[in-house]
Amino acid sequence: MSTPFYVSPQQAMADRAEYARKGIARGRSVVVLQYTDGILFVAENPSRALHKVSEIYDRIAFAAVGKYNEFENLRIGGVRYADLRGYTYDRDDVTARGLANVYAQTLGTIFSSVGEKPYEVELIVAEVGAAPEDDQIYRLPHDGSIVDEHGAVAVGGNSDQIGTYLDQRHRDDMTLAQALKLAVDSLGRDNNGGERRLTAEQLEVAVLDRTRPQQRKFRRVLGGALTRLLESGAAEAPASQDAGADEDSTEQE
Amino acid sequence: MEANTRSTGRLPAAFLTPGSSSFLDFLGSHAPELLPGGRSLPPVQGAVEIPHGTTIVAATFPGGVVLAGDRRATMGNVIAQRDIEKVFPADEFSAVGIAGTAGLAVEMVKLFQLELEHYEKIEGATLSLEGKANRLSTMIRGNLGMALQGLAVVPLFAGYDTDRERGRIFSYDVTGGRSEEHGFAATGSGSVFARGALKKLYRKDLTEQQAVTAVVQALYDAADDDSATGGPDLARRIYPIVTVITEDGFRRLGDEEGADIVRAIHERRLQEPDGPRASVL
Repeated sequence: MSTPFYVSPQQAMADRAEYARKGIARGRSVVVLQYTDGILFVAENPSRALHKVSEIYDRIAFAAVGKYNEFENLRIGGVRYADLRGYTYDRDDVTARGLANVYAQTLGTIFSSVGEKPYEVELIVAEVGAAPEDDQIYRLPHDGSIVDEHGAVAVGGNSDQIGTYLDQRHRDDMTLAQALKLAVDSLGRDNNGGERRLTAEQLEVAVLDRTRPQQRKFRRVLGGALTRLLESGAAEAPASQDAGADEDSTEQE
Repeated sequence: MEANTRSTGRLPAAFLTPGSSSFLDFLGSHAPELLPGGRSLPPVQGAVEIPHGTTIVAATFPGGVVLAGDRRATMGNVIAQRDIEKVFPADEFSAVGIAGTAGLAVEMVKLFQLELEHYEKIEGATLSLEGKANRLSTMIRGNLGMALQGLAVVPLFAGYDTDRERGRIFSYDVTGGRSEEHGFAATGSGSVFARGALKKLYRKDLTEQQAVTAVVQALYDAADDDSATGGPDLARRIYPIVTVITEDGFRRLGDEEGADIVRAIHERRLQEPDGPRASVL
């Protein structure tokens, strides 16, 4: 019997992490940021059919970057987990923290089991609360760790640079239009400092809106509503804070 | 392996298997004990006294459909509950009203709502109205074993068909047999009287307001002749639940709105106890 070629555990994990990170870095980014009335999700995604941002439950949404088939599987798993939990207990007992834990365990087990290919995904699970201080945003990197985030967070290809840009400019009291403008500006920045202008057709935008009367707070901002919101964000001077408020009640999904 | 995946807290394989968009199918494979139809009943002697819900009526009008139910649950000759709710939104464009074993019916509605929501979230699109009606059919069929032991659930499903742009009504029998009803329908113990009343009151060109009044009249007549159907309780301010579904979606009439209609009908019935009269020829 031949002796297997020895690879130190450190090296094996570093290789797997490197593999996953490279896969994630190839994709375009997603940014998630808090604004006065909820949490905004913006992805650069020209596809209308393959979503990077989706609804999980009443107050919980999911955003992901990386390999589509892998995060789509995790999304479906999350919807099943949430619906089953809500059915067995109560709708209020489904929390982002519980879901993030399950995702972390799943990603962590896959990452460290030698027989499986590590998932090339990075997830965000966010829950909108009754007040801004109750909002929760969790970032789940490929290795199964959980990072509790506040304010604004970016994942995907250029996330470091976008994250820095967001951190410097994000305020908790932004209106939806202001937050969207900041998100779009940040996504338009590329590695070597250049800027692109992203149009409504290249964006996937959704919000968890705490002011929504329905039980399900998730809403996609589509078509004309998105164009109007982008325009009002661009026109808005930093001085006027509430001009975006009436734009929040844009058309339903 | 199974024990291992559980101990790590990782999502079990059933959660991550792609394929079905149905929450029922998922429950069936992962946790069949949670499905109402998956339970076996011990043999029982004679009738079991459990709360039963009674009369549900529905009527279409140009642009939508009205679904309404009385508020009584009976247990043999006892009124088990006088303010039970038997009409529920199924999703944004449909509603379901249930007659039969109250406990099972409420559970079935909860599961049906979840089934539609689950499909919508997984697929990113809503089911067609026929698709929803068929899912309900499957659920009732799953309950056939219990129905034959006396625990039947018989719903009435109404919704606005966004493709055909009109309101539609589906009625069911205990075996899950589904049939589309044109104009109006009723189910439950008082349904015979309610259907008789609606037959004389219904016209194709009713306005929304008139359709609402007609179904409340029908419930009034059902309560008049069927002891298991509750009439409007003016003293306790318990009125029938009336829901309207149009292209704007599901709407439940507010307490004030419902009270006004009931009071108007009641006032007229003080003069004419049998309600409005149709012409003989």
